Amino acid sequence: MHPLEVQKDSQTARLLPDQDPQNAAETVGPPWPQIEDYGIIGDCRSAALVSRQGSIDWLCWPRFDRPSIFAALLDRDCGGHWRISPVGSAAVERHYVSDSNVLETRFTNHSGSAILTDLMPSSSRAARESILLPDHEILRKITCDRGELELEIEFKPMADYGKSKVQIRDCGKLGLRFLVGNAVYWLRSSVALTIADGTAYARLALHAGESLRFSFSYSEQAPAVLTPLDASLDDRIEHSVKAWQNWGRHAAYDGEYRDTVVRSALALKLLSYAPSGAIIAAPTTSLPELLGGDLNWDYRFCWLRDASFTIRALLELDYWDEAEDFLDWLLRATSQTQPRLRILYSLYGDKAPVERELEHLSGHRDSRPVRIGNAARDQLQLDVYGEVVDAAAQFAFHGGHLDRDMQRALIGFGNYVAQNWDQPDEGIWEPRCGRQNHTHSRLLCWTAVDRLIRLDERGMLHGAPVENYKRISNEIRRQIEERAWNEPMQSYVSVLDSDQLDSSLLLLSWYGFEEAKSARMRATHRAIRQHLGTPDGLLLRYQRVKPEGTFAICSFWEAEYLAMGGGSLEEAQQVFAQLIKYKNDLGLYGEEIDAGTGSALGNFPQAFTHVGLIGAALSIDQREKGERQLAHRPPAATEHSASEVRS
Amino acid sequence: MNWTSWLLSGFLATLALSTLLSASQGFGFTRMNLPYLIGTFVTPQREKAKVYGFMIHLGNGWVFSILYVLVFEARHMANWWFGALLGLAHALLVLTVGMSLMPGLHPRMASEQHGLNANRQLEPPGFMALNYGVQTPISVFLAHAAFGAILGSLYQLSRAAR
Repeated sequence: MHPLEVQKDSQTARLLPDQDPQNAAETVGPPWPQIEDYGIIGDCRSAALVSRQGSIDWLCWPRFDRPSIFAALLDRDCGGHWRISPVGSAAVERHYVSDSNVLETRFTNHSGSAILTDLMPSSSRAARESILLPDHEILRKITCDRGELELEIEFKPMADYGKSKVQIRDCGKLGLRFLVGNAVYWLRSSVALTIADGTAYARLALHAGESLRFSFSYSEQAPAVLTPLDASLDDRIEHSVKAWQNWGRHAAYDGEYRDTVVRSALALKLLSYAPSGAIIAAPTTSLPELLGGDLNWDYRFCWLRDASFTIRALLELDYWDEAEDFLDWLLRATSQTQPRLRILYSLYGDKAPVERELEHLSGHRDSRPVRIGNAARDQLQLDVYGEVVDAAAQFAFHGGHLDRDMQRALIGFGNYVAQNWDQPDEGIWEPRCGRQNHTHSRLLCWTAVDRLIRLDERGMLHGAPVENYKRISNEIRRQIEERAWNEPMQSYVSVLDSDQLDSSLLLLSWYGFEEAKSARMRATHRAIRQHLGTPDGLLLRYQRVKPEGTFAICSFWEAEYLAMGGGSLEEAQQVFAQLIKYKNDLGLYGEEIDAGTGSALGNFPQAFTHVGLIGAALSIDQREKGERQLAHRPPAATEHSASEVRS
Repeated sequence: MNWTSWLLSGFLATLALSTLLSASQGFGFTRMNLPYLIGTFVTPQREKAKVYGFMIHLGNGWVFSILYVLVFEARHMANWWFGALLGLAHALLVLTVGMSLMPGLHPRMASEQHGLNANRQLEPPGFMALNYGVQTPISVFLAHAAFGAILGSLYQLSRAAR
């Protein structure tokens, strides 16, 4: 199979707006892309978002959580961008080269067509041993494959989240160079660019068979390594495609949704930070949960809340190295605070930065404020203990080894839970309105002690006060069954003794607290669908105070709940099939989905959503094959009757 | 000065110079990484280059310390400030002549005149190594002044002990 073979599900072409620079004086600038108009490229250290217009509108180097050099995503005027696009109207089609994270965008108009290739290159060990390579680099190549296309290249970096212009210096044959602090950025271009006012620009006609090549690189710790723009650049692109394909095609999933699952795995991989093993929630900050609203948060950190779902997805897709790295990071990152856990950590396990607002940025489509840092860092969320313990337990149940330090850490978490499980906390959705007794947090406290008991029973954990854990487990179970169940509503509720609902109640089955097919869970599912569901099959996360989109992972939880016995296999498949209609043309999801328009909302792409998609697809496939769903559960064939498996 | 004390003082002075330059790099004053620059003469592998470069740099330090000793002997003068003065002169030579020769001598370094190719990709230092950061000359002057001051002091001590 040729490495540049395209993904099957390429989509309908859409027209680019007229960007005729002759009208530039009259126009304010190109219109805002929608959130789902972006694709992501990355190298497991940082990521860039590329719009359908061929514009890199988001890039933070050298790592996800550093200040941006392109941030047009958050401010069209002063954010900074790097656009390579046709002059005038053009139809746009794009896809990732099959099973890779190499993005191809095809522009077509009446005079010709061209393909723009975007990537952050990867290199083999052999390549690294034979040639010098930049630490951080974006490669772009545009090739005209029919007729002639007039192109515009506009390179406008802005330092520190668009706060200051840079001074680009033309270094002749070496390329263009600018400094930000002690870091040097180099742009190498196979076409001459004119520099004016911190912007490099060119407009030219590209004819069939001609290509332009670009390398943009960053160096902070050593003299920069510059990339030749000859055929070796094409070899590097091809090598990167093959490297991604080797990784993507390793996924142990051959079910009905194979391409969607592999795309989600590839997106998840891009959100991992290779030097530490951390996985960030999303590579962006302040993409709004409501257009024009203020629900804009920085997600470039690692939430422990995602741990259990993430480990499950990685292990069951047979990505053991990534699962081990992530678990190592979980236990290492938290070592400074153990047995207490923060709810989010930076890439190396430090406390996330203090939240502050960037007032000079307009925000995405005027959604102010833009925030960096995250105030949730000081919240108490007791559910994270269950997430971390469950992640480690899944690792062990799948055959992984928990060494003595890990066991000691897990017992520390268990003991902390045993002492604090009945405290009010902020809960999974992090509302900034005080602490309550959240059912989900109780559920995860129960999960923590339950998994420790199971690990002890299987001889995988030594020295745990298991009898105490059993007593606590029973107490939590009794409290949830008595105080989280609302008899008049016939539903579990999100806060003890309340009448509030939220979609995380569907996870009572996921964590094994209550069977999906039980009367209570089916009734709870009906209530959630009635009060939180939309006509299009999506789910809100809770009964909203402020308007916001539907929460994408909640809908995948519903599909998975149905697959685990809460409904029939066909029902689960129907819900899942409906949900995958909301992926963008590249197979990517944000945090939320606008129920009215189907547009993505919130930071993009979102690891939590992709992990939810993988989990639901796995459970559906396992139900179909009669295999065990989730490591702590018995085999599905023994849980579901033979007739239930299919119908 | 006997051979043993020359080896020891050359080693200590070079270590101090390397430490100061590495600290400057770590604190973000410069991107000049001498072990890396020297090491890439012999290998393109980043980590190995740093190790090889450090060892070669240590050898260079010893060789240069002989030159310092020769000057101390010729002038019949050795103390910390005279050593530091020699260090500053040494730094000036490195930053002007040395850096301008680098693109021609270094097998993996690009040049502003000839550009780059598959073998020559390393960013050249430019005049006074300013391409590696505007504070690079300050770091280099300070590090070499320390190198000379340590050698001058140790030479003075060894003469006093004789």
